Formats: sequence, C-alpha cells, structure tokens
Amino acid sequence: MIRDITLGQYFSGESLIHKLDPRVKIIGTMLFIIELFIVDNFLGFLVAAVALGTVIAISKVPLSYIVRGLKPILFILFFTFALNIFMIQGEVIWQWKFLHITKEGINVAVFMAIRLFLLIIGSSLLTLCTRPISLTDGIERLLSPFKKIGLPSHEIAMMMTIALRFIPTLLEETDKIMKAQQARGADFESGNLIQRAKSLIPILVPLFISAFRIAQDLAMAMEARCYRGGENRTRMNEMKFKRRDYMAFALQTLFLGIIILEARLF
Amino acid sequence: MENIITIENLVFQYLRDEDGDTVQALKGVNLEIKKGSFTAIIGKNGSGKSTLAKNLNGLLLPTEGVVYVNGYDTKDYDHVWDIRQTAGMVFQNPDNQLVSAIVEDDVAFGPENLGIEPEEIRRRVNKALKDVNMGQFKKKAPHFLSGGQKQRVAIAGVVAMKPECIIFDEPTAMLDPKGRKEIMAIIDELHSEGITVILITHFMEEAVRADRVIIMHEGHVLLDGEPENVFEEEELIRSVNLDVPLMVQIGAKLRAKGINVPLNIITEEEMVDFICQYK
Amino acid sequence: MSIQVKNLKHIYEKGMPTEQIALDNISFDIKDGELVGIIGHTGSGKSTLLQHLNGLLKADEGNIIIGDIDITKPGVSMVQIRKRIGLVFQYPEYQLFEETVAKDVAFGPKNLGLSEKEIDERVREAIDLVGLDFEEIGERSPFELSGGQKRRVAIAGVVAMRPEVLILDEPTAGLDPKAHKDVLKMVRDVHEKTGNITILVSHNMADIANLSDKVIVIDSGKLVTLGTPKEVFSKKEVLRGVGLELPPITAFTEELRERGLQISDTILDVDEAVTEISKYLAKEE
Repeated sequence: MIRDITLGQYFSGESLIHKLDPRVKIIGTMLFIIELFIVDNFLGFLVAAVALGTVIAISKVPLSYIVRGLKPILFILFFTFALNIFMIQGEVIWQWKFLHITKEGINVAVFMAIRLFLLIIGSSLLTLCTRPISLTDGIERLLSPFKKIGLPSHEIAMMMTIALRFIPTLLEETDKIMKAQQARGADFESGNLIQRAKSLIPILVPLFISAFRIAQDLAMAMEARCYRGGENRTRMNEMKFKRRDYMAFALQTLFLGIIILEARLF
Repeated sequence: MENIITIENLVFQYLRDEDGDTVQALKGVNLEIKKGSFTAIIGKNGSGKSTLAKNLNGLLLPTEGVVYVNGYDTKDYDHVWDIRQTAGMVFQNPDNQLVSAIVEDDVAFGPENLGIEPEEIRRRVNKALKDVNMGQFKKKAPHFLSGGQKQRVAIAGVVAMKPECIIFDEPTAMLDPKGRKEIMAIIDELHSEGITVILITHFMEEAVRADRVIIMHEGHVLLDGEPENVFEEEELIRSVNLDVPLMVQIGAKLRAKGINVPLNIITEEEMVDFICQYK
Repeated sequence: MSIQVKNLKHIYEKGMPTEQIALDNISFDIKDGELVGIIGHTGSGKSTLLQHLNGLLKADEGNIIIGDIDITKPGVSMVQIRKRIGLVFQYPEYQLFEETVAKDVAFGPKNLGLSEKEIDERVREAIDLVGLDFEEIGERSPFELSGGQKRRVAIAGVVAMRPEVLILDEPTAGLDPKAHKDVLKMVRDVHEKTGNITILVSHNMADIANLSDKVIVIDSGKLVTLGTPKEVFSKKEVLRGVGLELPPITAFTEELRERGLQISDTILDVDEAVTEISKYLAKEE
C-alpha cells in the first residue's frame, strides 16, 4: 500500500538528537550536505560516515528502519552508478560492443554512490528525528529574516503544516475512490499507456473535488478559529536555544573545519 | 437574562451561477439567543439552517439586516475577532477542520491565533483535551483517530479559545451511534458549565435535550419555542418533510386510540413514567 | 442464486508485527431473494467482509461460494465477479465524475463492454429504479443535484450493471430525514423489483429491523449471532456486549417490560407497540 513509505517520516523518540532545536538540526543537515560536496577523497567520506554513524547511534533510530526508507530511492542510486560507470572516458579495463568500463569510471561511480548514499541517509535523519510540526516551525523561524525582502515565511510554513496533515487523508480518499471505481468495473492495470492514463480520470476527478471540498471546509474552520496570518500569533512551543543546542552548533562548526582541512591536506 | 446574539431581519442571498442568478437562503429572520441557553435549530437540507449558523460569527455577512454578537455588529470589521472568539464553531466533517498533524498542536491553533502567552496556551490545551476525554491522545495524529474522537478534538480546539457560545453545525451527522452519544454528552456537559449552545441538527432525538427548538423552513423560522410546544405541531412539522421524536409519534397514536397522553411528554423517560403510573 | 460463506478468515498486514485478524472463521448462508442486514460497530470488520464478497479483498482462509462459483479459488476472473456482485460504498456520491448523470451511470455498463443500445437501456432503467426521472436529470451535471439525489445517482451507477447481488454500505449515512426515507424506500423498491439478494449495512437499528429478512451481527471480526430481526433483537444482552443497541422502539417497550408492564417482547414496529400499550392500558382502567 501507498502508506508503507517511510521516507520522510517521523520516528518518535526521546534521544538527544530528537530534543535538539529544529533550527540546529536543519542547519546541521545543510552543513552536512555542503561538506559532502567539499570532500574529494575516500578518507573524507570515511570521516563523514563515522560522524553520521555516531549521530545515528545517539538518535537510537534502528538502522533497519532507516534502510527500509531507502528502498524507494534505491533505483536512483543504481541509475547514477550505471550512468557514471559507463559514461566516463579513460583507461579502458572492460569492453563489450559500445559499452566500456574505465578505471576512472569505477572511481567516479563508487565516489558518487557513496556521496548520494550519505546524503540521503543524512537528510532522512532530519525528518526521522524531528516532529513535522517542529520542522515547519524551524523553517519558518529560519526564513523569517527574509520576510523583509517579501518572502512569505509564515505562509510557507503553514502550507507545509497543512500538507503534512492532509497527505494521509488524501491517500485514504484515493484508496476509497479506487476501490469504488473498481467495484464499477474500472480496470487500472491493463491496456496501453493512453488507455491507462484515461482510466485515471474516474479517480482524479473525484479526488480533485474532494481536495477542493477539504480546502473550502478547512479555510472556513481556520477563519472561525480566528486565523489571520502570522501577525500577532504566539506559539505554544516556543523555540529557545538551550546549552545543548549551542554545543551541537559548536560541534558542527568544528566538523566543518575538519572536513575543509582534510580536503586541503589529502 | 441578557442576550448573547440578536438577529434583526436577517436576509442572506448568494450568487448561484455566473449569470448573476441569486438565491435567497434566509428571508428575514428575527431571533434572540439568551446567554447560557441551549437552542436546537432543525431543518432539512437547504432550509437555511447552516447559512444561519455561519451568519452568527461573521463567517458570512448579512445581505440585509443585522446580527449582533455580545453587542458587536458582525459587519464591524474591527471586532470580527472578538465575535469569533465569543462564538466558536464546530463543523460537520470531523476530518476537514483539524489543521495540524498532532492533536495537541491542533487544539493550540485557536489560542495561538489569539496571541495568548505560551504557558497559558499549554494550560488551556491540557484542560480542553481533558474536558473532552482526549488527554491520552494528545501526541497522536488525527488520521489514527475515529470520527467521534476527531470531533472531540475539534471541540477541544474551540473550548481552548474560551468562547461564551459554541455553534455546533451538524456535529454528529457523519458519526456512528457511539460517536454521536459521546459528542452529545460533551455538549450537555459544556452547557451545564454555562456555555451557550446552538445545535444545528436533523436528529430529533438530539433536539429534545434543548430548552428551545427552532424549526427552519425555506429561509424562514417556521416554529420557535420550548420543545414540548414545538412538537405539538406534529402535522406542520411533517408537512415540511421533517420527523418528530419517536415519543411524540407514540403519544399522538395513543391519543388517537383514546388514551389521554399529555402533549408535553416528549422523552422516553417521561413516556415510561406516564404509562407505568397506570400499573 | 445463493451465497455461502464458509470459515472465512482475513489477516491484515500478514507477517508484519502489526498483523491483525480482521475476519475470523465467519460462516453464513444467504438464500436467493433475501434482504440481509449486517450490523456491528465501526471497526468490527463489516466493511472488510463486504469487500471480500466482491473480490476487492482476498481471503486468507475459507471459501465464498456465489451461485455455483467459489470466488476464493485461483483463476476466477474478478471482472466476472464484480459483474455479478454490485457494491455501493459509503458516501458513494464522492465517486461521481462525469459531466452528466446519464454518462456517470453509464460508466459501469461501459466497463462491461456492452453495446451502445444496451447501455442506454440500462441507464434509463437504473435511473428509473432508484426513483429519479431520466428526462429531467439525465443530461444535468450530477454535481448540481441535492445530496439525496446525488446518492441515488451513485447507487444507480451500480444498479445499471444489473448485479445479481446488491450490497449497500450505510446508504443513508449523513442524509436528512426526507432523503433518508427516500433512499430506504428505494432500497426496498429495487429489492422487490429485481428479486435479488440485497445486503444492507447500517448503524440504524430501526432500518435494519424494518427491512431485513435476516440479520447478521459482527464484532471484532467474528460472527456473533444471526437470525430474523425478532430473534436477533431479542438478545438484548448479547448486543449490548458488543456495543450495539436495540431499535429505539424496542428499547422503549423493553424498558416498559422491565418496569413490569405485561406486553409482548421484542416489538419492532411502532404501530404494534401502540396497539400493545393501549390494550394493556384498557385492561388496567
């Protein structure tokens, strides 16, 4: 079922990583992604992997759970790997008709695969250890300095909150509509591409109508509860930097230094 | 008693299509709702009862006439938030009125919009969830809850804003009997705590609990009064395609057989007591 | 045509830690032409059972024999099953999608691969069966209709497939009293005119008591009891144990009996109750 996707899901826990301020975690994740692109040798990846492993260990999210979430994007990994291994020119070590594998190709392919792998695990750790609502709150706060140049940071965050709330509802709705149309003899599995695309109409039209109805009802309900945008709005969970957040921030900066140094030295 | 809501000659019309055709959903309604009262508004679909409800807190504004909530005209934009805080609203579809993916954050939504201090919000959220018996679900996601539970969260979200009046727009229409019972028990509880309740419904058995019943038909108030007086008009009520409570039906049928059942008997309890006195 | 369900079992998320037995050893027979009511509180397994009857879900154990075909056997064509078993879901008006009522009702028959002429005939017949006027609404958009009419159009969409069994999952949910009555009358009319098996799921005990020939009670995936409405609703304690109530009129007369009134038990009809009570009162006076 569609609901089995774990990528981007929250894994509830009480670990230090869970308790960190979402802003620290968002910045940390962004720094980690940048670091992965600074790294230019395998030793650097080893350092990054050890650091990531330590964070995972502290977070107490089971490794098997993280790996399960990777499944849907495994093919992207394979695709880039295959692309790199066959496309890079250089010293040929294997050839079959027009396909050839080079020493440089293997190098780049493995290099890129490791980078992508660490990148995906690193960023999925962010959503695994942060409540969706804290995540949107964090984004709102991080973006708020850009309000001055006209970026609607509150609205962006509110949209994300609502999306998170209604994705499961819409998935359920889709499931219901599909079953109902199947009961009327609809066939989604056979036929050529055009026929299949056509067979989606009986699902998409009711789904859109449903989404519009939800939007209308929700807007009404939000207005009735005095929603008037981000102005003068308070939050139940205030975000305050604690000692652990400053510590985490210091560690992140230190690690960035190490990675830059490593890239320079080796 | 003081009035919390006063409606004077309320007309509401809306555009039906692009050609400019209009429909008059409310055709001159005059009502006064007393503080602390429990009013049930009944009518079939299209009778104007939901439109009326949305006019009570400024979600819709009158085409003609005036609606006052706590003395404020709903058309007065400066006080629209006071009005909505005074008169909270619970809607029919439990799924489509929860904003947040976590129960307690959803209940906090209203108080947050009012700009209340964080510690006070926390207190109110905990209290409101306890009031509707949803305390143990505060960290859950709404889509794991039953319809009745979601509706209880929605009520908590309104209660946390400390309204003086709550308008329930068919809150049980999409629930199963168990959910319906839970919600009605909570409504009774809120009323006993002094909150003014306006309940829009088409379940007669729910209306019997109110201390005033208003029957809407085609944009007009057809009947208005205490339940026992309103339900005396069985034929008129049936003529506009509505039902009367089961005990009212039975009372009428027994009277037709020559048994003198008083007209003010409308609940099962009263009827059982009446019949058993002949034992 | 008849339906036999034998030792039906269904497990959700089999093999996962969240595994859940949704249906457990369910057996019952439905004879040709019966109107069967199924009751049980939300989450009791009713909907799961319905979805087995037309092949949307697969049984883990047991058999479902419809007419002469065991639909749990491998290789049975699901399209053939769905042609014979019509299932109307809760809030069916949410699946309407075509520009006109006629086109929407035609969706099912079209999927059966019928000729234009046959489709047109069936659409007219189905709209008529659900108590609507084809000339009046056939070319209108289904989205302009009232709630009760939309629901009937959606039901017509299934009726037009001329199923040999019609299953309705809470066809009156969320309707106002008038539309509620209309849809109930429609269910009875369709049942009488086609003479087919009709299965009705509802939370409204009064409707179940008035309409059904047979009532099946389900709780936690198990069959609790089955019988005529009179038999089932006489088991007050059993029903209460699984969170179900008696029809309001029955609850009322049983309350009177508990208070010592000598009237007959398990009264399911308002007029019968009134006759009994007035007889009793006349005797006492």
